Amino acid sequence: MAARILVVTSGKGGVGKTTAVANLSAALAQLGKQVVAVDADIGLRNLDVVMGLENRIVYDLVDVVEGRCKLRQALIRDKRLSGLFLLPAAQTRDKTAVSPTDMVRLTDQLRSHFDFILIDSPAGIERGFRNALAPADEVLIITNPEVAAVRDADRIIGLIEAEGKGPGRLIINRIKPEMVQRGDMLTTADVVEILAIPLIGIVPEDETILVSTNRGVPAVLNGRSPAGQAFRNIARRLLGEEVPFLSLTPSGGFLQRLKRLAFGGGTEGGV
Amino acid sequence: MGFFDRFRGGPSSRDVAKQRLQLVLVHDRANISPGVLEQIKDEIIAVISRHVEIDREGVEVHFTQDGRESRLVADIPLLGGSRKHQAR
Ligand SMILES: Nc1ncnc2c1ncn2[C@@H]1O[C@H](COP(=O)(O)OP(=O)(O)O)[C@@H](O)[C@H]1O
Ligand SMILES: [Mg+2]
Repeated sequence: MAARILVVTSGKGGVGKTTAVANLSAALAQLGKQVVAVDADIGLRNLDVVMGLENRIVYDLVDVVEGRCKLRQALIRDKRLSGLFLLPAAQTRDKTAVSPTDMVRLTDQLRSHFDFILIDSPAGIERGFRNALAPADEVLIITNPEVAAVRDADRIIGLIEAEGKGPGRLIINRIKPEMVQRGDMLTTADVVEILAIPLIGIVPEDETILVSTNRGVPAVLNGRSPAGQAFRNIARRLLGEEVPFLSLTPSGGFLQRLKRLAFGGGTEGGV
Repeated sequence: MGFFDRFRGGPSSRDVAKQRLQLVLVHDRANISPGVLEQIKDEIIAVISRHVEIDREGVEVHFTQDGRESRLVADIPLLGGSRKHQAR
């Protein structure tokens, strides 16, 4: 095996990098791949709780880099999905504990044991981002349909191109079909036109993401989660399958909301 | 913004967002601020008008985008009597 190394990055914080890495890693493992998710957000460890593996951490990425343990000892195996592993970030250190060269060396060691290495990048354009980008063969840029997130995504795409790793592929997360429909949210087409890079997925705003994170069970394991479905589709596209994009339609348009106001109760999702 | 603005006939917040983004990204990508662009324009006017007479008010310098490629486009209208160089 020779793993493909993917980084998920965004520039802006809070747009869904960690959520995407947890879900894409789980989805690829569901598809039978050997996957390791690497948390490169040193000092702000999060991927472990989103994946529900926080109780089993003994060693972390910085322990490996500084030679306190073997790489194998720091990998946590997911109990629900065979083939899924996590390499957690250190929580008590900062990004300067690791260099881009360390990251390349570390992922080189992992490469022969996995099909995919997914790296969760910290926000920003500084050292932490450089660390996450250095070993990547492919880049996934995630953004929200919102001015500041798209602007930062554009900046990141520029930096990725300057590194010769561009242009990367785009995930648009947290689309709200109702807002798009009433002209109060940038559409998928708007964002793609502006950023001018290939699209690999669109993910709706979805409460099941929060519920999944509460439980530490990625949404892709929930067959009824729309966002989970979206991430499963992205995983299949990563494997080269042609999967049509979800058509995101409002669950409650203006008339339905008016009806709800007038008659009380809901026409959907009621009982 | 939104539903009620549409009654007033304003552009949607989506359209406003898109326009503002396109504008700000042009300058982000080229790393040229609106101020520097004005300066470039003044210098172009100075250089060109040393050789031909131009309509200074009509000069336009702006960016165009083709995908992720930016292009600086200058449109410089010449004045009627601009053949003086050839005549000499
Ligand atoms: N599609 C979505 N629908 C609803 N909430 C989401 C969605 N994607 C992400 N979130 C929420 O947004 C927040 C930030 O997500 P996270 O993945 O931690 O972002 P980042 O890693 O980029 O900082 C989290 O609370 C997460 O649950
Ligand atoms: Mg994160």
